[in-house]
Amino acid sequence: MKRLIILTLSLLLSSNALARDNFKICWSIYVGWMPWAYGAEQGIVKKWADKYDIEIDVVQINDYIESINQYTSGQFDACTMTNMDALTIPAAGGVDSTALVVGDFSNGNDGVVLKGADSLAAIKGQNVNLVELSVSHYLLARGLDTVGLSERDITVVNTSDADMVAVYGTDDVTAVTTWNPLLNEILSVPNSHKVFDSSQVPGEIIDLLVVNTETLKENPKLGKALTGAWYEIMAIMSAAGDEGITARTAMAEASATDLAGYDAQLASTEMFYTPAAALDLTTSKKLVSTMQNVAEFSFKHGLLGDGADNAGFIGIETPAGTYGNTGNVKLRFDPTYMQMAADGKL
Amino acid sequence: MKRMINFKPAPAFNVMLGLLPFVLLVMAYVVGSDARLELNPNDKLLPGFEQIGAAIDRMAFEPNKRSGDYLLWVDTASSLTRLSLGVLIAAVLGLVVGMLTGALPLVGAGLSPLLTVTSLIPPLALLPVLFIVFGLGELSKVVLIAIGITPFIARDIQRRTLEIPSEQLVKAQTLGANTSQILIRVLLPQLMPRLIDAVRLSLGAGWLFLIAAEAIAATDGLGYRIFLVRRYMSMDVILPYVAWITLLAFMFDQALAWINTRLYPWNAQGGRS
Repeated sequence: MKRLIILTLSLLLSSNALARDNFKICWSIYVGWMPWAYGAEQGIVKKWADKYDIEIDVVQINDYIESINQYTSGQFDACTMTNMDALTIPAAGGVDSTALVVGDFSNGNDGVVLKGADSLAAIKGQNVNLVELSVSHYLLARGLDTVGLSERDITVVNTSDADMVAVYGTDDVTAVTTWNPLLNEILSVPNSHKVFDSSQVPGEIIDLLVVNTETLKENPKLGKALTGAWYEIMAIMSAAGDEGITARTAMAEASATDLAGYDAQLASTEMFYTPAAALDLTTSKKLVSTMQNVAEFSFKHGLLGDGADNAGFIGIETPAGTYGNTGNVKLRFDPTYMQMAADGKL
Repeated sequence: MKRMINFKPAPAFNVMLGLLPFVLLVMAYVVGSDARLELNPNDKLLPGFEQIGAAIDRMAFEPNKRSGDYLLWVDTASSLTRLSLGVLIAAVLGLVVGMLTGALPLVGAGLSPLLTVTSLIPPLALLPVLFIVFGLGELSKVVLIAIGITPFIARDIQRRTLEIPSEQLVKAQTLGANTSQILIRVLLPQLMPRLIDAVRLSLGAGWLFLIAAEAIAATDGLGYRIFLVRRYMSMDVILPYVAWITLLAFMFDQALAWINTRLYPWNAQGGRS
C-alpha cells in the first residue's frame, strides 16, 4: 500500500531530475504572456521543440495563482509569473526556480486609483481594495513610501480581482489598486484618478518565464527551445506592418479584447522584444536592489515562510550579484539562454 | 445462511468500523506527505503534522507580528458573528413567512408563488448585485446568508404548518380561539422544533455562503484567511482552518440538536414512538 502510494506520487512529481524529452509549461492570461498562446497556436513552440528533439505542452490555466501553485507542486516544468510571486510561492516553497526569459516589466500596467482625489497623499485613512499580498499590494507599499505614509495609515481590504470592477461601482469603495485590463476599466469611471502607477517604479514588477532549476540543469534543450521560440514570437509581434498586426490581433482575441485594447495594454508594458534589451535589465545592479525591495516587502508580510528570520533568508542570484543567503539560493536570474539568443546561437 | 442485511456489528466492532476510514485517510496523508517532504523539505502542498502544528500555534496562540491579534480567534469571532446574524434573521423571517403562508390561506395564495420562485434563485449568482446594493461591508455578507437560506426555511415551515392536522384547528376554534390565539398557542409551539431542525439542515448552506462572501471582499474571517493564504499555498494554515470550520459546524449542529431535545422533549419522544 505504502509503496504503491509512493510510486504513484513519484510518478506524479514531474520535477524528478532525469533527462526527459517531454515537458509541460503553463501560462495564464496577461498582456505580457499572450505571446505564449500565439506561439503554441501557430506551432512556433512545436517547431523549436522539434529542433531540439523534445516535446513541449503549452497549457493555459485560467487562474493565475492556481497556475503558480500547480507549477510549485510539480505539475509543470515551467510557468509564467511575476518576480514577486516567483519569490514568495515556488522559491519560498523550496522549489529552486530559474527565471529563464525576462519578458517585460510593468510600466504603468499596475496602478493606484482614488475616487474624487488626485494625489496619493489623500489615500490616508481610506479602505483600499486590492488583491492582498499580490504585486498590487507591493506597488501600493512602494507608492505609500514615496509620500511618507505606511501601510498602517490605510486599511487593506482583500478583494477578488474578478469582482474588482463591479465593487468599484459601489459608494463605499473609494480606493483600489489593480492591474490591466481592470485598471483601464476602472479609470473610465468618472471622477477616478490614477494617483500612482508602476511607471513610477520602473523595472520592479517583472514578468518572467520561470523554470524548475533542476529540470533546466538536466535538460538544457528545454531552455534553448523555450528561449528560441520566445524570441521568434517577439520578432513576429513587434514587426512593423501586417505580420505584427496579425499576431497582435490573435493575442488580443485570445485575451478577450481587441487590437486597440491590447495595444493600449502593451503601451504601459515595457516588452523586451530583443534578448539584448532583456539582458540589460537582467544583468543590471538595479535588479539586485529591486529584488531586495521585493524580499523585504515579502518578509514583512510573512510570505517567506516561518523559517525565515530576515528578508535575506532566501538567496536570489542575479548576474550582478546575489541578494541574501548564498547557502539557500532558490531563485535565480540566469542570462545564459537569453545570451545565446542574443548571440544567435540557438 | 444469515442474510447480509441481518449482520449487525457488535458495539465495539461498530466503533472500530466507524474509525477505520479516518485512520486510513490519515495514513494515506502521512505517507503522501512524507514522500513529498523527502524530496523537498520545504514542500507546501502536503505539510507534515509538525508544520501544521507550528502553523496552528502561530495562528491561534501567538499574537500576529503586524497587528498583534490572535488571528484564528479574530477570524472565528467575525465569521461566527456574520453566520449567527444571518442564520438568526433567516430563522425569524422563515418562521414568520412559513407559518403565515401555511396557516392563512389568504396570505398563502398571495405569497406562495413568490416564495417558490425566490427559493429557486441561486444566491451566489446574486452576489455582485448584493455588493452593489449593500456595499462591501458586513451587511452584504449577512444579507447573502439570510437570502440564501430564508426561502428554504420558509418553505419547510410552510410544509410543516400544512401538515398539522386540521382537527386541532377545528378543536381550538370550537373552544373559542381566534386566529392569533391559534397561531401562537397551537401552531407556534409545534413549529419551533421543526424550525430548529430546518436551521440545522440549512447551516451547511450558511457556511457555504459565508465563505463565498468572505473570499470576495473582507478584512478578516475564516473564509478570508483561507483565500488569502492560498496565494502562497500555505496548506499548513488551510488544512487546520478547514478542520476548525468542520468542528465548529459539528458543534453548532449538536448544540441545536441538544437545545431541541431540552426545550421540546415531547417532540423527540413523539418522534421515537
